[in-house]
Amino acid sequence: MAATPRPTAVSPTSPSSSAVIDPAKDLATLLRQVDPRRRRTDRVMRGVITGAFALAMLPLLSVAWTVVSHGVERFDLYFLSHSMRGVYGGIDAGGIYHAIVGTVEITLFATLISVPIGLLTAIYLVEYGRGPLARAVTFFVDVMTGIPSIVAGLFAYALFAVILGPGIRMGVVGSVALSVLMIPVVVRSSEEMLRLVPNELREAALALGVPRWLVVIKVVLRTAVAGIVTGVMIAVARVIGETAPLLITVGVADSINFNLFEGRMMTLPVYVYRQFQQGLIPCSADDASCIATITYDRAWAAALTLILLVMLLNLVARLVTRFFAPKTIS
Amino acid sequence: MTATTSPAPAGTDPGGPPESAGSRPPRRSLRGPRRAGRPVERGASRVFRWTATGAGALILVVLAAVAVFLVVKAMPALTASSGELVDSVSFMRNSSSLADYVGPLVFGTVLAAVLALVLAVPVAIAIALFISHYAPRRLASGLGYVVDLLAAVPSVVYGLWGAMVLAPLVQPLWSWLGSTLGWIPLFGGTVSPTGRVILTVGVVLAVMILPIITAVSREVFLQTPRLYEEAALALGATRWEMIRMTVLPFGRSGVVSAAMLGLGRALGETMAVLMILSQGFLYSFLLLAAGQQQTIAANIAAQFPEASDMGMSVLIATGLALFVITLVVNMSARAIVARRKDFSGAN
Repeated sequence: MAATPRPTAVSPTSPSSSAVIDPAKDLATLLRQVDPRRRRTDRVMRGVITGAFALAMLPLLSVAWTVVSHGVERFDLYFLSHSMRGVYGGIDAGGIYHAIVGTVEITLFATLISVPIGLLTAIYLVEYGRGPLARAVTFFVDVMTGIPSIVAGLFAYALFAVILGPGIRMGVVGSVALSVLMIPVVVRSSEEMLRLVPNELREAALALGVPRWLVVIKVVLRTAVAGIVTGVMIAVARVIGETAPLLITVGVADSINFNLFEGRMMTLPVYVYRQFQQGLIPCSADDASCIATITYDRAWAAALTLILLVMLLNLVARLVTRFFAPKTIS
Repeated sequence: MTATTSPAPAGTDPGGPPESAGSRPPRRSLRGPRRAGRPVERGASRVFRWTATGAGALILVVLAAVAVFLVVKAMPALTASSGELVDSVSFMRNSSSLADYVGPLVFGTVLAAVLALVLAVPVAIAIALFISHYAPRRLASGLGYVVDLLAAVPSVVYGLWGAMVLAPLVQPLWSWLGSTLGWIPLFGGTVSPTGRVILTVGVVLAVMILPIITAVSREVFLQTPRLYEEAALALGATRWEMIRMTVLPFGRSGVVSAAMLGLGRALGETMAVLMILSQGFLYSFLLLAAGQQQTIAANIAAQFPEASDMGMSVLIATGLALFVITLVVNMSARAIVARRKDFSGAN
């Protein structure tokens, strides 16, 4: 602002000589002038700061471009609707149906655990919370946000290993791990939304003699529902890409498994990792049906599916806010 | 703030019939002092209050359970003798004791996270400043959203991208660094021909923690009192001088805590490290050589699926170490934020 590139009409002239001509105008120009060194620093810093933003966009663009360009090769209906059962070597087959089933089931169950706990905690913090317990909950929700995902996985494993014995691998363990990661996110976003509900609404309802719990459910939650749904969907989008906890709690599988409570399941992120880890397939030169890079192709296509899923969730979450938010909150 | 403080009538007669709503309830002198305090709740209201409170308490229980169950499952490894451990756990063959095994892992974890932090913090501060003080106001929230998109990309995708796109891309740069700056100990050693070294991991981790540092810093920068900024500009400061004199000093503690939040995240990141880094178990500062370091999280993910019972216990013990480290980092970050909140009451 201050460094607007003024044509230096009255450069380092002495103020006294020009003051005779037009004192007000000259003084203004003089004041607006910045000495060249300072102006240069300002310009350089502006360039650096804008450059940093551009720099941060490079990985985003690169990730988006590579995932889309590599992913579309195998991304088709066949890929989405077949599992890896009986697929071996470099044969041109195999898909992610089993991984989609696993991801959807495990994430839904994690949501089922997290939303009631998270929402009730948010209600506690906003409607009832005061004193040491509320302060502790607020603080530890923040701390919980920072739990590394692999530790959440270890916790879920340890919990079920203590109860059911070691070596257990099933979908529900993964759901528990994910809900440890999801609960704090749900609490945070719901809390924010509940705080946006104007106090006048609560007071009006209470003054009409509505009992407290009905005020919370019928007035406060009703008003905030769009924001809460958005928050939950963003939380889902965040945990749906978690790999490490699922790798150690749910394991890997090649076949479709619909049962959360028995046996290993495949999930999309783990599928990406698994395909990547298998590396190039050694093909004999005369085998035309063998594709050496098939595992990488599958990994990219699954990564594309995963990113599309995350983006879809984010998009729908935004649409929910836009179309269902009450008019009072803008 | 909440409604409990205001509605005295509701307190005396919760869930009362609607006809009592219009007229004031009759004063009962016996209830007098009580009404001033906590309102009386009956029936469903009380159940609901306790359910909500219970959910809040459950959060604390879960966090405690994480610690307790990790300790329980790590116990066998913590109490077993070194010889026993080395004999029964296949991946501990080259270590003499549990501490000897965990040490290099902790070192690798901290090294990778610090590298990421060093790379990410200046860029994040610049981006935050760009969004808060340089970009046109109408664009600002959109730009913030674009930066947040970086956080939406799953870590496994970053791992895939880092290993298959970034590592080959930066390898020539690393060789150049190695040949021209090889006399600096950090860049010494044989430069890896694949580029799958800890510096590449640091770059990917930096990209991953960029959004959180940016988001927190941006919030803090936006809170700078407008009067300070305008006063600086009125005194003839350029925009950068204004930022240096008002925004940065005001936001310093916020940036520190943002950086620590980023550090916490980088410490626990698994997949990017697991997929990119060629692992080793050394206390090594060689950033460009293969097979030097490994992080706790990536090591757990790599070994867990095939580990024996005792092996799992060892891995859970390393996970416990990671949990404690991140807990300390995050708690201090939050403490700084909380302390700051008390000071900035003027806003």
